[in-house]
Amino acid sequence: MKLTEEQVRYVAGLANLTLTGDEIQRYAHDLSEILTHIENLNTLDTSNVEPMAQVLFEAEDTASLRADVPHTCLSNAEALANAPVAGQGYFKVPKVIER
Amino acid sequence: MDIVSLTIAAVRDGLASKQFSAVELTQEALQFARQENAKTNAYLTFSGERALAAAQKVDAALAAGQPLGPLAGVPVGIKDVIVTRGVRTTCGSKLLEHFVPPYNATAVERLEAAGGIMIGKTNCDEFAMGSSTENSAYGPVRNPVALDRVPGGSSGGSAAVVAQGTAVVSLGSDTGGSIRQPASFCGCVGVTPTYGRVSRYGLVAFASSLDHIGPFARSAKDAATLLSVIAGRDERDATSAAHPVQDYEAAMALPVEGLKLGLPKEYFEGLNQETGDCIHAGLDALKKLGCQIVDVTMPHTKWAIDAYYIICTAEVSANLSRFDGVRFTTRSANSNTLLEMYRNSRGEGFGAEAKRRIMLGAYVLSHGYYDAYYLKAQRVRALIARDFAHAFETVDAIIAPVSPFPAFKLGEKVNDPLQMYLSDIYTITGSLAGIPCMSVPCGATAAGLPIGMQILTKHFAEDTLFRIAHQYELNRQ
Repeated sequence: MKLTEEQVRYVAGLANLTLTGDEIQRYAHDLSEILTHIENLNTLDTSNVEPMAQVLFEAEDTASLRADVPHTCLSNAEALANAPVAGQGYFKVPKVIER
Repeated sequence: MDIVSLTIAAVRDGLASKQFSAVELTQEALQFARQENAKTNAYLTFSGERALAAAQKVDAALAAGQPLGPLAGVPVGIKDVIVTRGVRTTCGSKLLEHFVPPYNATAVERLEAAGGIMIGKTNCDEFAMGSSTENSAYGPVRNPVALDRVPGGSSGGSAAVVAQGTAVVSLGSDTGGSIRQPASFCGCVGVTPTYGRVSRYGLVAFASSLDHIGPFARSAKDAATLLSVIAGRDERDATSAAHPVQDYEAAMALPVEGLKLGLPKEYFEGLNQETGDCIHAGLDALKKLGCQIVDVTMPHTKWAIDAYYIICTAEVSANLSRFDGVRFTTRSANSNTLLEMYRNSRGEGFGAEAKRRIMLGAYVLSHGYYDAYYLKAQRVRALIARDFAHAFETVDAIIAPVSPFPAFKLGEKVNDPLQMYLSDIYTITGSLAGIPCMSVPCGATAAGLPIGMQILTKHFAEDTLFRIAHQYELNRQ
């Protein structure tokens, strides 16, 4: 499986990553190599196997719901404390709507 | 007091006999940790103030004749992917350079409630992605046993602090081998419990269906004590199990005579000679104790790496989308629009391996590829879990290597990501099945590099793990 630089740019867009020209070249090479190795999976017939979506043990262990009681949550100040830019009790981001 | 070889029991006795106070021990541990850090870079942040306050509480309880918790006064290191209220948590990433969490992980809460003293946060691969701790934005950790070598990864710092003696026990996290492999490289005990045994609340998510928190220690006994403190149901993690936590101490006292141990032939192909010799010496010791060694077969092993790197990267690309320059990460300074800000913050902030895995995950989940990759990998995962279930119908535990080779030199594999991925082969299968696994030191190479032997059991059979490991440790020589 060979990934083109064009495909790498498309995937970087999906992943919301700005990549440099060097990085695009490097990931085209690395991902192609890894995806080629992964083709190994095609040698295994799995047509009669259910996909394993979670680790298997008795459902009653994991499917339990907690009591529906209110908890105290983080204060506004605590929630904003790690924001790179905050103000007026909100996270601030660059302008979204054009006038 | 010999801080380098302290055990939990020695701390308890030392406090009870007034040989030292919890504050004295904490001061000495902090000073020793700072001194050793110049060599190994194992800690990223020290939490001296918090440690001394916790130690004062232990001393006050002792003076008042109140009962002490099972970890009272014990110096502990916490991997920096586990959040700690008020103490910086970087995940080894530049993006979280200034992140100070507003809450504690459940495991940290329980550990501190039991009297444990958090000395500091330990270095790791960025977001726990790596097998050498060379992917940390804060520089690699050096293996305390051989300073020109890696400590393994991703929990390299947590393994190193226990091996060098600056903490008695530590917490790490394991997704595909990140506790067992560094334990093996540094010569300590590392346990990956059953998936769901320890709450993941406060563990910064990497691959949610594979992530575990688990202990490092210098003996199976200390690892068992730490696990018994942090294990159990937590309503803040819906995948945490309600299954009762066993009495590990009682289990460890039992002889292992008559236990059936499975040897999967697939795990002994392509193994470094000295590693194989050490594992076989370990097996001989277990045979002498009356264990019966049985050949088992794990026919789907050769597909495990491929399935793992699809599932893990798919989950990575989803989980790491939260690091976007808005809520808790640094933000790129050079962006005019919202989308540019997201993309530049992530592009500038993530390291090379994190980006590689995000890209691979985004690709395998992208339109038209989901069935071919993710769904296929989940089917293979089911077959690997079935291999184990089948083996455990006839054996009590499986014995295997942890890594195909001992600790390698810094920089030796860093430019070959595929080779680095392939080296995870023996640890990944247990992670995919969600079963408990453990690395126990079983010897060293001629050059003195430690080798770990892996023990794997069925879901929630941690008691069997500790029983085998403890009896083995007592009779190792």
